[in-house]
Amino acid sequence: MSQKLLTVEGVSKGFPGVQALKDVRLDLDAGEVHAVVGENGAGKSTLMKVVAGIYQPDAGTIRLDGEPVQIHGPLAAQALGISIIHQELQLMPDLTIAENIYIGRESRRALGLLVDDKDLNRRATELFDRLGISLNPRTKVGDLLVAQQQVVEIAKALSFNARVLIMDEPTAALTESETEVLFGLIRDFKEQGTGILYISHRMEELKAISDRITVLRDGEYIDTLTTNQTDLRQIISLMVGREISGETRPQVEPDGRPTVLKVEGLSTKKLLRDVSFELKQGEILGFAGLMGAGRTEVARAICGADRAQAGEIFVHGERVEIHTPADAARLRIGYLSEDRKRFGLLLDQDVNFNILISSLTDYTNAAGLVRDEAGRKTSRRYVESMRIKTPSIRQRAKNLSGGNQQKIVISKWLAKDCDILIFDEPTRGIDVGAKEEIYALLNSLAEQGKAIIMISSELPEVLSMAHRILVMCEGRVTGMLDNSDADQEKIMQYATKLGSHGGMER
Amino acid sequence: MTQVDEVKAPPAPSQEAASGGLLRQRLQQILTFGSLIALMVFFSLANPNFLTWSNIGGILLSTAVIGILALGTTFVIITGGIDLSLGTGMTLASVITAVLLVNLGIPLVFGVVGGILFGAFMGFVNGFNVAVLKIPPFIATLAMMLIAQGLALVVSGAAPIYFTGVPGFTDIALGSVVPGVRLPNAVLILFLLTAVAGVILAKTLLGRYAFAIGSNEEATSISGINVRRWKMAVYTLSGAFTGIAGVVLAARLNSAQPALGLGYELQAIAAVVIGGTSLQGGKGSIVGSIIGALIMGVLVNGLRIMSIPQEWQTVVVGVVILVAVYTDILRRGKEG
Repeated sequence: MSQKLLTVEGVSKGFPGVQALKDVRLDLDAGEVHAVVGENGAGKSTLMKVVAGIYQPDAGTIRLDGEPVQIHGPLAAQALGISIIHQELQLMPDLTIAENIYIGRESRRALGLLVDDKDLNRRATELFDRLGISLNPRTKVGDLLVAQQQVVEIAKALSFNARVLIMDEPTAALTESETEVLFGLIRDFKEQGTGILYISHRMEELKAISDRITVLRDGEYIDTLTTNQTDLRQIISLMVGREISGETRPQVEPDGRPTVLKVEGLSTKKLLRDVSFELKQGEILGFAGLMGAGRTEVARAICGADRAQAGEIFVHGERVEIHTPADAARLRIGYLSEDRKRFGLLLDQDVNFNILISSLTDYTNAAGLVRDEAGRKTSRRYVESMRIKTPSIRQRAKNLSGGNQQKIVISKWLAKDCDILIFDEPTRGIDVGAKEEIYALLNSLAEQGKAIIMISSELPEVLSMAHRILVMCEGRVTGMLDNSDADQEKIMQYATKLGSHGGMER
Repeated sequence: MTQVDEVKAPPAPSQEAASGGLLRQRLQQILTFGSLIALMVFFSLANPNFLTWSNIGGILLSTAVIGILALGTTFVIITGGIDLSLGTGMTLASVITAVLLVNLGIPLVFGVVGGILFGAFMGFVNGFNVAVLKIPPFIATLAMMLIAQGLALVVSGAAPIYFTGVPGFTDIALGSVVPGVRLPNAVLILFLLTAVAGVILAKTLLGRYAFAIGSNEEATSISGINVRRWKMAVYTLSGAFTGIAGVVLAARLNSAQPALGLGYELQAIAAVVIGGTSLQGGKGSIVGSIIGALIMGVLVNGLRIMSIPQEWQTVVVGVVILVAVYTDILRRGKEG
């Protein structure tokens, strides 16, 4: 075999509280598409950012053509011929294609005061001809389709004469036909000798485009497999990996509990297609799926934060119209966002204010004045029963830890007497000890008859908590499993559309 | 009821009031109030004519209109909004009052109420534009500022309307309801409205939701509060205060002056900011705003008594705003 284009050896990277990468290795040949896969949080994106110079590794070596290199930053990476195309497009919509591609590298004229647009467009045209792209460099990026913007991003990456191209979920926003166009482009680059590191959650895509697949799990290197000799199911079991020993499973709820929430044919303009499910009293219904599968979108549509395009929602058997979060709150549906700081809390206000905000109308007297003492009593009661660690109910919310902030948001909805609670990643950003507390809290709420939807990307969490598990992929429900039938592999199959009735059809 | 609900309330921790937000809020108010006292001490030492009953009365009377505007707009600023139409809106409200009382000759009470309601209506339109049409508050109220300025001239025929034929109208500002107290009614109205605004902000849903919206509008909405409706309510309330200011100003001048008013909005906003209300929203107090208005009034009066030219008075007010806001930033920085 010839000299490897890129070699990563023993790379580790830690962040406060998390070891994101532990002794990871990887190599890439010229003209190869090398896929990197793993569950959410496995360390794929961190690894890519290390290679692209965005993060500095704590340990390990990166070699280019066999020579060890130090990549001090994104500019250094570009100079070495390593370019990254981010998950989120990083183009400026009001500038033209050419301006975007050559931003920071504009040719100047008139003593360097004016940008030489003519030269800029000429260079872009040359680049496009070479790559076989048919776009007008003078078009504003904002006027392009997402797929075309993706192409511009790629062209920009290649304009640095990239030899290593890193693509982080490039097809996330693309349609099937657009994906085909992109794959055609990737195959052209391969022929020109470009090495491509490719991250994707879509298993069928890996089969179509990659030469080899490296699996990461919990920040560790697991294995590298040759794609055409590998069964994708094998990859999934490597991704999921860990034994589920010692995990408790929830008791299976007896049937015959009343349905509290029924959703039928919920669709949104952007993502959701025909989502239907039922939620029963006293049940924890897990929502599993990969990032971007549409789980949060379902929650936001149910609680009126986003507009649904079609679909019917029934609460306690009655058809309801939910247009705003206020409608949802009136129906006693509470939504607990994963982004607590943005959608859950009033950080500058105190604990008391935050707990009472949704139920304040219950604390007004005939004159319309708020009965503060009654309200404070309620707040203190929740601080006590939820074991919220705070010096007093006058403490500002921003001074509390993530776990305690989560408890405040839960208290807020309980004070409103909500019987349907939608938790979006309830333990994200919460340390291990507090996680157990949140789990216990969820279980006791369910026992008290609350109906709970728990969106979670952590499969062990879903399996140990949820009575039933709804799996989504690309805006659709691809599976509904009873806990007793579910395991991590099965969920991952549905989440990547390999499941039996999730199927490959669109 | 849930199990969680059944837990007995623990006795209130006694140190509660001494910790957290309340103390901070008090400290802020004490600081502002201290600045006001310091200013007054300074001016009375500088000039013996400053601390006289008639001069203090004069300061209060001249503060009344700005103070009333500041009270109303405190609510808007706490939601994270801004209202630039205060000044000319006030002018238009006083012109409308004049038209009702002088040109149409309707009874005094109805004319006054009509002027106030008109102010509330302008506030409602601002609120609609901001909350429903999602026009940024700065732009929405800038447009209203121009519209009100123009309409005031159109409706009045670009000439002052005098209330000479309306008996009792000037008493609204200059009379004295309480016999023996030598404070003009305008000042009493200011005090009364301070109390009313204080209660609304501290004790009603509107006040609470104003703070909530200013702290985090998205979280407030997700919490099930109809943010649109309450924003409109806040702007409408502020508009009502603008209407009252219009009536009081007209009564003090015994005329509606269509060319007056521009610039009042900035003085009112300055008073609110000096009083410790954050333009970012979510933080502020009525007491702070009224003290802020008094600081502005004392400053202008004191500088005038010290024969500082008007040009320089304005410069000083500008510097005071910078110092007040920067002090606030320093204080909050220490808090962490």
